[in-house]
Amino acid sequence: MATKILTDATFADEIKNATTPILVDFWAEWCGPCKMIAPILEQVAAENEGKIIIAKLNVDENPKTAQALGITSIPTMNIYKGGQIVKTIVGAKPKPALLADLAAFL
Amino acid sequence: MSKVEPVVIIGSGPAGYTAAIYAARAQLSPILLEGSVTAGGALMNTTEVENFPGFQKGIMGPALMEEMRAQAEKFGTRFVTDDAVKVDLKGDVKTIQDGSGNTYLAKSVILATGSGYKKIGLPKEETLSGRGVSYCATCDGFFFKEQAIAVVGGGDSALEEATFLTRFASKVYLIHRRNELRASRIMQQRAQNDPKIEFVWNSQVIDILGEEKVTGIRIKDTVTGDEKNLELTGLFVAIGHVPRSELLIGQIDLDANGYVKTQSDSTKTNIEGVFACGDLVDHVYRQAITAAGTGCQAALDAERFLASQGIFSA
Repeated sequence: MATKILTDATFADEIKNATTPILVDFWAEWCGPCKMIAPILEQVAAENEGKIIIAKLNVDENPKTAQALGITSIPTMNIYKGGQIVKTIVGAKPKPALLADLAAFL
Repeated sequence: MSKVEPVVIIGSGPAGYTAAIYAARAQLSPILLEGSVTAGGALMNTTEVENFPGFQKGIMGPALMEEMRAQAEKFGTRFVTDDAVKVDLKGDVKTIQDGSGNTYLAKSVILATGSGYKKIGLPKEETLSGRGVSYCATCDGFFFKEQAIAVVGGGDSALEEATFLTRFASKVYLIHRRNELRASRIMQQRAQNDPKIEFVWNSQVIDILGEEKVTGIRIKDTVTGDEKNLELTGLFVAIGHVPRSELLIGQIDLDANGYVKTQSDSTKTNIEGVFACGDLVDHVYRQAITAAGTGCQAALDAERFLASQGIFSA
């Protein structure tokens, strides 16, 4: 697994201490589109090691972070740079479209 | 890739998978481009399917699609988990290009790309998407525990979503622009008996309120013209579908709404060797079973077409 697992306990530190841009995928087991995008995110993580961290946060097990961020749709993918949100992507999309969204960070 | 395949199926869901089951059993070894993030189709975002024959206890939408896919695989369907991004359907040999740049050549093509959800068309709909505006109740209902929300629409999907959302929300407004529903009687009764659901008839959503997140909606009475605000935190849009036919524009005949036109009593399009099925064609019935039915027809039509060309197996 090239992706990193975040929890309510580790989220803040991981975002703050990331030395590259970090994409956090907010997902849950019951969400079909989340399952579709999961293997694509694994690929993107493996192909861009060192350039971007791809992390996942399960909103069912870690509701606090999602709630604090006002997330109401999954999958939502937030990209952080220097601890700040720089981009939000809502909904699953094909790999070429996702890569186009991430181009500025790769 | 230079081998010319007998049949390539574009799109999954009940139509694509059923076409694959039939084409595979006919020894045609179909290739099925099932979509990179849409594999399984619309049923992947539903909960229990109660009206698919053979499942008297009901079956979850995603489980039903897994079964269909496995059945298609068992008989030799080759799956490509990618999207068709370019097609050339004219001529004897059709070409299909996927999102990774692979090209497939085929004597016949079955189109089963289904439909996507329709948007209301309000400017705030985009900016508040993921901030209270949602198109997937099963994905997002969880975020609205003990909150007031609204579902817009009047068909089976809208009522199914409204009923599902009562598990989480404290109140669900069902906003419908007429004073009667298109939904099936059983879905209507279930919703009407649900104390958490309030029907708001003859009403149209004309604005979504809130800047950072949804705080309410403004609705207009379609009869009196009166306008009022409803305070709520979530808006689930279920007002219908649009066919996924962008890829086909300029290639085959589409109707004014973008649905693929087929010849009567068949799945043949205006291009020889190209067949279409499922929600991409059907804006009337739109059921899992009717999509599966037309998927079967498309495979049989393709099989006959190939036989007329002297092709009997892969």
